[in-house]
Amino acid sequence: MRYLCLIYENEKNYATMPKGESDNVMAEYGAFTQGIKESGHYVGGNALQPTPSATTLRVRNGKVSTTDGPFAETKEQLGGYYLINAKDLNDAIQVASKIPSAKFGSIEVRPIMEFNQA
Amino acid sequence: MSELVADRIDEIYRSDSRQVLATLIRLLGDFDLAEEALHDAFMAALERWPNDGMPRNPRAWLVSTGRFKAIDRVRRRVSFDAAVSRFGEADDTVVSPLADDDDDSVPDDRLRLLFTCCHPALSPDAQIALTLREVCGLTTEEVARAFLTPPPTIAQRIVRAKAKIRDARIPYEVPSRGDLSARLDSVLHVTYLVFNEGYLASSGSALTRPDLSCEAVRLARLTLELLPDPEVM
Repeated sequence: MRYLCLIYENEKNYATMPKGESDNVMAEYGAFTQGIKESGHYVGGNALQPTPSATTLRVRNGKVSTTDGPFAETKEQLGGYYLINAKDLNDAIQVASKIPSAKFGSIEVRPIMEFNQA
Repeated sequence: MSELVADRIDEIYRSDSRQVLATLIRLLGDFDLAEEALHDAFMAALERWPNDGMPRNPRAWLVSTGRFKAIDRVRRRVSFDAAVSRFGEADDTVVSPLADDDDDSVPDDRLRLLFTCCHPALSPDAQIALTLREVCGLTTEEVARAFLTPPPTIAQRIVRAKAKIRDARIPYEVPSRGDLSARLDSVLHVTYLVFNEGYLASSGSALTRPDLSCEAVRLARLTLELLPDPEVM
């Protein structure tokens, strides 16, 4: 079963982080990604550019309107995601808990709605 | 004669229904289906045992009967193929009604049930309501009365918890060794909250409040019985 692991963290942390530390985080992410590829959990994943680069869009009455910024202003912002394959929620939690940002941010683990089941 | 049988069935309901339920949840993979199956199995017992006599292994009889009744129900709702593919896997831990008297031949699934109801992915309120309902066998009304909460609120909580278990696929199993300690914390925490709720309200409140402390003790005893662990003591 697939789960989406949404990575939430305070973007300001990265802004104020010394380069040595941010290199470490990158290395940790590299190792984590490699690890779940080997274990067969990895389906996909990406880091996202920070929320100032976001645009939020709505279509109402056929009219497209856009606003600058993310869907909602929050203390922790969506910074990336992993799409994983896991046996069950325990397995997914076990994988998600190793995402480097879990140590200082929050990971939302959401099951994918699978439509092809009998 | 049949009054004696009815009394025996009553006794068996009180002592064994939780265990039968726990096994049916494992075999059928669904809380609600298992509850319906439990009900059907006891109904069948009330009909058949006065005439056929008591089975040698009542628990195994109830599990088997419940399972078949559930398959019938599902078959009536979906295609035959889907039902077979869902329940058709050979399960060597299902015991035939003709099994010997040894109660141990029906595995005890209550530990799975307990750990599942106390899964940390469920909110603490949901864990408590679900545990009291499924593991302790309280009715929704009894749980509601005990926590001075309207029954529809408790009912909703339980419905949502079961939906979460199904949709997020919380597995129906005893945690692995590595996770056992943390997960046991959850179980003990629920037990403590239930006990506390009953203990603190012992002054002049509703009649059921002291019963809540009893349920907590019963829960603790069950946990100890199923999982002898120093922490539980």
